[in-house]
Amino acid sequence: MAEYQNIFNRVQVQAEPEAGVPIEGGKRERIGKPTLVYWFGKIGSAQLGPIYLGWTGLLSIVFGLTAILIIGFNFLAQVNYDVIQFIRQFFWLGLEPPQPEYGLGIPPLQEGGWWLMAGFFLTTSLLLWWVRMYRRARALELGTHVAWAFASAIFLFLCLGFFRPLLMGDWSEAVPFGIFPHLDWTTAFSLKYGNLYYNPFHMLSIAFLYGSALLFAMHGATVLAVGRYGGEREIEQITDRGTASDRAALFWRWTMGFNATMESIHRWAWWFAVLVPVTGGIGILLTGTVVDNWYLWAIDHGVAPSYPDVHPGVEDPVK
Amino acid sequence: MKTMKRKVFTAAALTGAAIMVTGCELPVGVETDQKGYRGLGLEQVTKRHLEARKRADMEIPPVEGPASTGGPKAGDIYENVEVLGDLSIGEFNRLMNAITAWVAPEEGCNYCHVPGNFADENIYTKIVSRNMLEMTKTINTEWDAHVGQTGVTCYTCHMGNPVPENIWYEDPGMKQAGGFAALRMGQNLAGDNVASSSLPNDVFSAFLQEDPKNIRITPRTSLPGPEDPDNLVDAEWVHGLMIHFSDALGATCTTCHNTNNFPDWTNSPVQRVTAWHGIELVRMLNVDYLNPLQPVYPANRLGASGDAPKANCATCHNGLQLPLDGAPMLNDYPELNRVERREGWTPVQGDAATTEAKADVAQDAADA
Repeated sequence: MAEYQNIFNRVQVQAEPEAGVPIEGGKRERIGKPTLVYWFGKIGSAQLGPIYLGWTGLLSIVFGLTAILIIGFNFLAQVNYDVIQFIRQFFWLGLEPPQPEYGLGIPPLQEGGWWLMAGFFLTTSLLLWWVRMYRRARALELGTHVAWAFASAIFLFLCLGFFRPLLMGDWSEAVPFGIFPHLDWTTAFSLKYGNLYYNPFHMLSIAFLYGSALLFAMHGATVLAVGRYGGEREIEQITDRGTASDRAALFWRWTMGFNATMESIHRWAWWFAVLVPVTGGIGILLTGTVVDNWYLWAIDHGVAPSYPDVHPGVEDPVK
Repeated sequence: MKTMKRKVFTAAALTGAAIMVTGCELPVGVETDQKGYRGLGLEQVTKRHLEARKRADMEIPPVEGPASTGGPKAGDIYENVEVLGDLSIGEFNRLMNAITAWVAPEEGCNYCHVPGNFADENIYTKIVSRNMLEMTKTINTEWDAHVGQTGVTCYTCHMGNPVPENIWYEDPGMKQAGGFAALRMGQNLAGDNVASSSLPNDVFSAFLQEDPKNIRITPRTSLPGPEDPDNLVDAEWVHGLMIHFSDALGATCTTCHNTNNFPDWTNSPVQRVTAWHGIELVRMLNVDYLNPLQPVYPANRLGASGDAPKANCATCHNGLQLPLDGAPMLNDYPELNRVERREGWTPVQGDAATTEAKADVAQDAADA
């Protein structure tokens, strides 16, 4: 039980579950008698419930399930209702968007109609879940940072499947539903539009993605490392010397000359995470609409250097 | 003790995860020859272990002994010698023996000839092989842009099999439910033709036949032009074809492309030009030689939709960048380039097909 000497620890204290702070007009806000689950306690709080689903949550689940059932049953039909094949081919199966000849029109069900419907239901589900997150945050009188972070992910989702196809005038440009098929789409997207790695917004998105991972690791490690000095009480410690907070700041000043503050680190993390889908979405929207070949664009604008030709004399056989 | 156990467990888990992420293809025996600045993917990759597997059952047959070039011509002595008629008897029989060893070593002469009557035309394999001889000559004399001076022989594709191992038929994929169910649109199954990827599967019908789909789908200008008839779906089809290339030749993207800009020719390895001619060649083979044989084949040689067996890259390459490692077999059989359809020739039908020739061939078979 040596661990208990550290305030940040994994010891589970079993007590009466907490109902949470009361909120205004909160009668219908929380449903279910809370219980404690030991295995939840291994990775988070051991308390399960009370929860609040509400109309937005309920409808979100209904719409989401509808989308999943449309996708799933079409997968099943594509292997002629053979369950064995459904399982074997599951990662390969896909629900494709309408073929190019339909443009933005409404195609027959079997040629993309189901894709449109699944997309509609899935989008509605996500938006309803967003509303739910926003409203729950307001009900607890919190800021809405989580909802806006989620909105950035929804923005990328809509860029891929809705905004960009609208701009291109063609549903066939959208991403199919399916594990490998959506990856095929990704490679085809880069091949078709001249190498996405030269898209500066793709570069930014990758930088923020890796940056997020790095910041997450730095922050998580720092807080755990100063846990023995009560590092979780960040803010109340920042004015004193020798506290967890002070030692954490000193550690980073020592090692890299600069440190985030207990407040700013969370803004860093939030913006890095949010900018991954935001910049990525912008990169998607520009592809095929504003730029057709990213490599050539990068050459035009001095983004990519030109390298010596190591294969001299090779020419296009079609003159 | 407990921490010890935990450490062992962690180490085992990490090792297991490392093995899992290396995937199916062990990085053993993969050699990279760097051609340009580092980090640019300007490299030629050799997969030694994969090539060794392909070579394991590859054996170059011994060369037949030399034959006399003099004497009467085969077409004047034997009946129904349509395309090899200008060879001397010696050359003709030498080539027949070689072809037997290349194509039907177990079945022997009777794979393509009616026993006892070599002149008989009522056996489909004979008709097919006659067309194949003409095809071989066309490849060797008109397509040096792809086959170079090495050329091809029957053995390049057949490798001792009456039917080459790597042929293709139209492949619509497994049956799917009808009605309103969403169509697979030719993709999204583990595709045999595209190295088990979920890319469009029947890329051969799409690209290696008459009226092929466009392969050049990437725009050649940085900004969108007025016309771009291709879209993402077309890109997936092309990607499928390229996967076949890699699979059929044991190659990688960088064998033919500078991957910073796939469509750019000026920075591409020279292999790309060879491959381009290869695509043209295979299309020609399918359209001019293999499709027209469809009525000749018995039903068991046809595909599910009744189409003739056809060629793709793998038919000749069999997993190697140079078929048979570039063994110059054609050098030893220049007769293959003397295939010539005799003017005014019509097959002699029925039993009349010369007893003399029959006896001759029987004698040759006994000698062999």
